[in-house]
Amino acid sequence: MVPLWMYLTVAAGLFCLGVFGVLSRRNGVAVLMSIELMLNAVNINAVAFWRYNTTIASLTQPAPSELNGIVFAAFLLVVAAAEAAVGLAIIITVYRNRRSVDPEEADTLRG
Amino acid sequence: MSQIDFSAIAFFIFSLLALGGGFGVVTNRNLFRGTIWLMVSLFGVAGLFVLLSAPFLAAVQVLVYIGAIAILFTFAVMLTRSLTHLTARYNRLWPTAIGAALLFAMLIVGVIWPVFGANEAFAVPASDVVRNTTDLGLALVSGEGYVLPFEVASLLLTAAMIGAIVIARDVDEEEIGE
Repeated sequence: MVPLWMYLTVAAGLFCLGVFGVLSRRNGVAVLMSIELMLNAVNINAVAFWRYNTTIASLTQPAPSELNGIVFAAFLLVVAAAEAAVGLAIIITVYRNRRSVDPEEADTLRG
Repeated sequence: MSQIDFSAIAFFIFSLLALGGGFGVVTNRNLFRGTIWLMVSLFGVAGLFVLLSAPFLAAVQVLVYIGAIAILFTFAVMLTRSLTHLTARYNRLWPTAIGAALLFAMLIVGVIWPVFGANEAFAVPASDVVRNTTDLGLALVSGEGYVLPFEVASLLLTAAMIGAIVIARDVDEEEIGE
């Protein structure tokens, strides 16, 4: 059986790859893809902690609170879908107005 | 013990897919290939969900992430293809790389090290916790469960859909029409 720390290590690696992509890429679409990677790392963590919890037993009718991890991951999927839709719409609009997808060049709101 | 642990083999394959795909996403010069790597990474994460006895979540991951979100990214890449910016991939490459590596080291020391030894003891066998979709559906709509966040999530999806349409609408065309 794979221990918990291996899942956490994979999730941490995926999260750090996402952090690196968000901070360094010069293409807005790539930045959004890196955010998706980070959200996936969080999902792995939520489900892994749920799975390795002692209190979940082999119940035939589990209480709603015993499905915490799966429910959190499902809500995170919803948030990720909403974020991708709005973020890509913003990037397409910025590209239409400025002919660039570099987040550094979208500085209209800079004070 | 000579018995082969198939779940461990599957774990290594899927985590290799997830991490390798993620590496491809953040390093690839051609963003269209980057979306393909994103699909590989998301598929690896779906496999990890299967190993964590959450098969419904794995199916949703493949359907929603690979089937919808990755396709959305593919469309965005093709709609915003600008040949002028192909020369520079990164801003501040080395500071952010070092920062991400430092964050990884901090996560290893702060989060993973404390649970390093104590996890085999409370590992429940996989056959005991495979939940079916009925349980998840009941948890989402039952009064003592997650019915309020469920409704908020549906509202969020509607707002995001309307917002995306409004933001991405072509303003120039509208002004010509008036």
